[in-house]
Parts: sequence; structure tokens; C-alpha cells
Amino acid sequence: MVEKRGLLTFNSKPVIASTGVTMGPLEMKKSPFGKYADKGYDDERCGLKTNEQGHAKMMEDACMIALSKVDKTPSDADFVLMGDLVNEMTPSNFCASTIGIPFVGLFSACATSISSLLTAALLTEAGMSKLSLAGSSSQHNAIERQFRYPLQYGSQKAATAQWTASAAGVATVIPYIEGAPVITCGTIGIVQDMGLTDPLNMGAAMAPAAADTFKRHLEGHGTTLEDYDLVMTGDLGKIGFELFRTLLDQWEYNTGNTLRDAGAEFYGKHPEFLAGASGSGCSASAYLSEVYDKMLAGQLKRVLLIATGSLMSPLSYQQGDTIPCIAHAVEIQMK
Amino acid sequence: MNEKKYQQLEQQITPKPPYVKNCLTAFLTGGAICLVGQFVALFYITFFDFTERTASNPTVATMIFLAMLLTGFGYYKKIAQFGGAGSAVPITGFGNAVISSAIEHKSEGYVLGVGGNMFKLAGSVILFGVFSAFVVALIKAILVGLGVVSW
Repeated sequence: MVEKRGLLTFNSKPVIASTGVTMGPLEMKKSPFGKYADKGYDDERCGLKTNEQGHAKMMEDACMIALSKVDKTPSDADFVLMGDLVNEMTPSNFCASTIGIPFVGLFSACATSISSLLTAALLTEAGMSKLSLAGSSSQHNAIERQFRYPLQYGSQKAATAQWTASAAGVATVIPYIEGAPVITCGTIGIVQDMGLTDPLNMGAAMAPAAADTFKRHLEGHGTTLEDYDLVMTGDLGKIGFELFRTLLDQWEYNTGNTLRDAGAEFYGKHPEFLAGASGSGCSASAYLSEVYDKMLAGQLKRVLLIATGSLMSPLSYQQGDTIPCIAHAVEIQMK
Repeated sequence: MNEKKYQQLEQQITPKPPYVKNCLTAFLTGGAICLVGQFVALFYITFFDFTERTASNPTVATMIFLAMLLTGFGYYKKIAQFGGAGSAVPITGFGNAVISSAIEHKSEGYVLGVGGNMFKLAGSVILFGVFSAFVVALIKAILVGLGVVSW
């Protein structure tokens, strides 16, 4: 039976009018997505006192850049929907306090890049928003500290470990206009838990969630893999992406070259980043920079973006709980 | 796909840690740190009024100081990624655990930040170190009492 729950279709065709992407110094230097970013910083803290303040600043700049590209100011925006990974999402809260736009904080871990876009599209579809900002961000130092060891602590990381990216990606979502990528439909994920417990192998924990949402999206919306120019997962990393591919192969999808993973590609071939990037800024900045630019340029016509998030906390895994994971999908088309 | 099947698949695809290579790099790194320590001890014995027994205190302090510099400049975690247990087990690894926590929590102030979190990682090393020393001493005291060994 085809699962029909959790499917979203946007008949009014809300569009992504512009994007703003900011990245930390390491990402500007080492990431192939760095050249698509709107702004980079010389300093991980953006010249501020703490990592968390730098985190908020990256988000704020991304919002302002996205707004300025459509010649708008924060007072023109109806809603801002965003989130991050720090406790209680304080960077997003402080960013929202600075820009002063009606704000809803969203947490889907690293899948917030998509859940925020879908929520903005829903508000637009309902006719309640003429202009909404949607996005997510992460900052390496702030997030590593929250979930792992102190930054300078010497521990040997396995090949499965991922590096939290310092990046922010924000999109402006408005009612339909010509010449902008349209958010046509989406799928809200069902939390998957395969009983994995290693927080340094999150890609493996998240891959089943991505595969499940992928399958539900295609079956629910009646599309095939061949309909898409690109299917891009968020931050599965090299190991998780391989598992995702294997799951799809087992379900007999002809995966070929349409699949990509932002996390696995985020730091190019640099071996010191092990399995690749993670963090809610990773998928947001990759989708809203390279993918968005290529859609505008007409190189990509129809893409499916699936961002995954692992919904655990340091407390939950220290108490021996498994890692529940979510994946949300959004389909974007350029006419 | 059920959990068990997926966990099997995950085991297949996830690369196994290279245990032999890790042991070798840990041996080299730990050995190199101890070699430096030996030179420092010899330095104190040769140029100052220390014996082999008393030189260990200034040697430990010097090694921790070096670990502090390496941690602060961001080199220790690179050494650790190569050396694994080889850089974690010697006293420098203990120093790194304390110092990295202190640096990390400086933003929350000196009392609640640095003071409250400095031993976040190293605290358990101290606790279990003291406890195992107590157990070992107890065993020895019993053996001496029974006349099996002498102090």
C-alpha cells in the first residue's frame, strides 16, 4: 500500500526568490561550495566574543543578504523560520531578535533546512505570507562543543566521523513569480530508528530515514527517479551515503549519477574531514548556493532535496539510547 | 528492512578501524613522548640537584607545560588523530584533557566556566586513578600482613 500521509503539494507554486549563504573561513578555503557562497569570514567567530555570537551573526548576515537580493528589508518580511543545533537554538533566537521579523524556531536537527522551507511554502500557500525567510545554520566550534569533546581535546576520530560545517543558508519564499524555482511538493519524514548508537557514525543512523522519505516521496507523488536531474541528500557523509545508495539499490532504483550528498562533497577530497560534513548549515548552504544557482541558470530543471537529521542529544546517547533520525524532502522545479 | 538486517549491512559498509596501524602509530607516538620525557628528566638530573626519584616532579610539570603549548596552538589534537592512545595515555594526554576544557569554557567566565569545567574530562581519570591506587595499596598491605611480600 502506498503511504499517503505526510505528503505536501503546493498548488499555488510558491517560489524561492533569492538565497543568502554565508560560510566560515575553513569552508571558504576548502569547500567546493565556497565559491558559490555570498559571504565568507576571516574569523570563525565573525570578529565577535563567543562562537555562539559568531553563529548568530552568520545567520543574520545570510538573512540580510537574501532580503537585499529582492530589494527588501526585514520590515517587509512576514515570517522567519529557522533553527540550529545549539541548546534551545539560542543563535537563531538572537538572530531573530536582531532582525525583528515574526519568528518561529524550528528544530529538525540537520533537516531544518528543508522543514523551514516547507513551512514557509505552507504559509505562502495559505495566503498568509507575502515574504518569508527560511533557513538553518551551524557553526563548527559551537556545535562540536555541544555534542562532543572540547575543540582542542585530542581524541582519535574514526573514518565515520563527520565535521560540523560553519555555514548558514537562508531562502526568501514568496508567492509565484516567473523565472524563479518553484517549490512544488514535499514530504514530511517519519522518524526512523534502526537501533544504532554510535554518535560518531551518524550517517549510518540517518541513511534509513533518507531512504524511507525518498521512497515515500516518489511513491506518494507518483514520480520516478528518472524524472529528476538531481536527488541530493543533506549530510549523510561518505559512509551514510553509501548505505543510502545500497538501500535504494536493494529496492531496485536505478541510482546512476543523479544522486549526490552535500555532506560527502562538502570538503572536497580533503582527508582530514574523514566522512565529510554535517550540521544544519551544511545542507542549507549547499542547496541554496550551488543547487539554487544551477537551477536559476537552467542547468537543473527538477531536483529533489532530502535533508536528514539525527534527533539525539549528548544526554540521550550517554544514557544508552539509540539515535532516532528524520528526513524531510522538498521538490523544486524550474520552468 | 528490519533493524538486525540493517545493522548487518551497516557493519559491512562501515570501514573497520585499522587496529594494527593504530597500535603501531600509538606505539610510536607514546614512545616519542616518553623519549622527550626521559631527556627532560636527564636534563634535571644533570644540570640541577635532582636524583632519578625526585626528577619526576619537575619532569611531569614540564611535560604538562609542553602539552599546554601544543594544545593552545592547536597541534595536540592533530598529534592525537595520528597517535590515538599513544598521546592520550601519557601525562601529556591528561594535561591536554584539562587544558582543552579550560580553554573551551573560558567564555563562561573563570569561576563557573574554567573552574567548574576544567576537570570535566580529567575528573574521571583522577577519581579512578586514586581509587585503583587505593585498591592496589590495599592488596599489597594484605600481602605484606600475610608475610608473602615485604614493603
